[in-house]
Amino acid sequence: MSASRRKFLKLAGLTALGWSVCPSILRASTSEVIGDRAEGKALHAKRWAMAVDTHALNEKIMQKCVNICHKIHNVPEFDSEEEIKWIWAAPFEHLFPGQMHSRLMEVPEEKTLSLCNHCNNPPCVRVCPTKATFQREDGIVMMDFHRCIGCRYCMAACPYGSRSFNFSDPRKHLKEPTPDFPTRTKGVVEKCEFCAERLTEGKQPACVEVSEGALLFGDLEDPHSDVSKALEERYSIRRKPELGTEPCVYYLI
Amino acid sequence: MYDGGKIIVGLAVFVVLFTFPFWFNIGSAAYKEPELQKPKQGKECVLPTQEMRAEHMQLLNDWRDQVVRNKEQYYHSPNGKVYWKSLTMTCMKCHTDKEKFCDKCHNSLDVSPYCWDCHVVPEGGE
Repeated sequence: MSASRRKFLKLAGLTALGWSVCPSILRASTSEVIGDRAEGKALHAKRWAMAVDTHALNEKIMQKCVNICHKIHNVPEFDSEEEIKWIWAAPFEHLFPGQMHSRLMEVPEEKTLSLCNHCNNPPCVRVCPTKATFQREDGIVMMDFHRCIGCRYCMAACPYGSRSFNFSDPRKHLKEPTPDFPTRTKGVVEKCEFCAERLTEGKQPACVEVSEGALLFGDLEDPHSDVSKALEERYSIRRKPELGTEPCVYYLI
Repeated sequence: MYDGGKIIVGLAVFVVLFTFPFWFNIGSAAYKEPELQKPKQGKECVLPTQEMRAEHMQLLNDWRDQVVRNKEQYYHSPNGKVYWKSLTMTCMKCHTDKEKFCDKCHNSLDVSPYCWDCHVVPEGGE
């Protein structure tokens, strides 16, 4: 009796194993991607980070970065306090209020680029009551626009002013919406997402692509990435490091 | 029976009101399934038609969460093919005309999903 039960269990186990293996084999053989977005092209990292080469940036490049970002992400244009921005040019003393003074030996460029810092310890994520803002495993601080209820806690929590709120219908302020990216509605907060949607397609963030080398993007944990190499060779600062948010956008001075 | 008359009148009024939708619609045409525009390219959908008809809203919700939150961008369909999970970039590539496809059923069933409040209707519908 016990021998036949043993045999039965063995057989059952083998059958289950066969079932679990077979579908994946079938799938692999007939796999086909619709369009040109092949599986496996996506860029991965343990910790995405950006380095801003403040000397290489100039007014023209900064404008190019802002324009491309705002165009592909359907960021509306306002000429008022309702302004919405994902990436923007700002004076150094605004971005680094604690680190600039009038007797600085080497005065940096007048302005540089500012965007979401994708902090390692993001205060916006901690305060979001609906988990619309969350941090991915690769460090990107993402937004699920579907879930945002517009409470603006995240805007109060972010010490960098990286978040903008849609006080009115953004569609009315978009000249030509890009169909490949959603717009937002009134009452939703938005910000830079390190072009998460482009990373899955295997592309670098749009601003990095047009920056003529002034913006570097890569894996902070990989010693051979552009970002790691630049940080090793040059002196860099981060915005408001004393707050403990651990920003992942570095400024090369 | 105390107050029998009042109770019976009350009951009668209740029954008449409760069945109002039924007798009000007597004689009007029966519900007809709207004719949807069939895609010109692409012979099969990610799931069989019957399943899509019943479950597409759940599928789209799942796709959204998987893409936004878990970086799971590829859908392995039971038909053996792999699809890029996207309403505008995959669904609407075959079902090119929102008005002749999505809106037909949604209007006749009087549901108003808010997909297009944010997602941009791709051009290309004729």
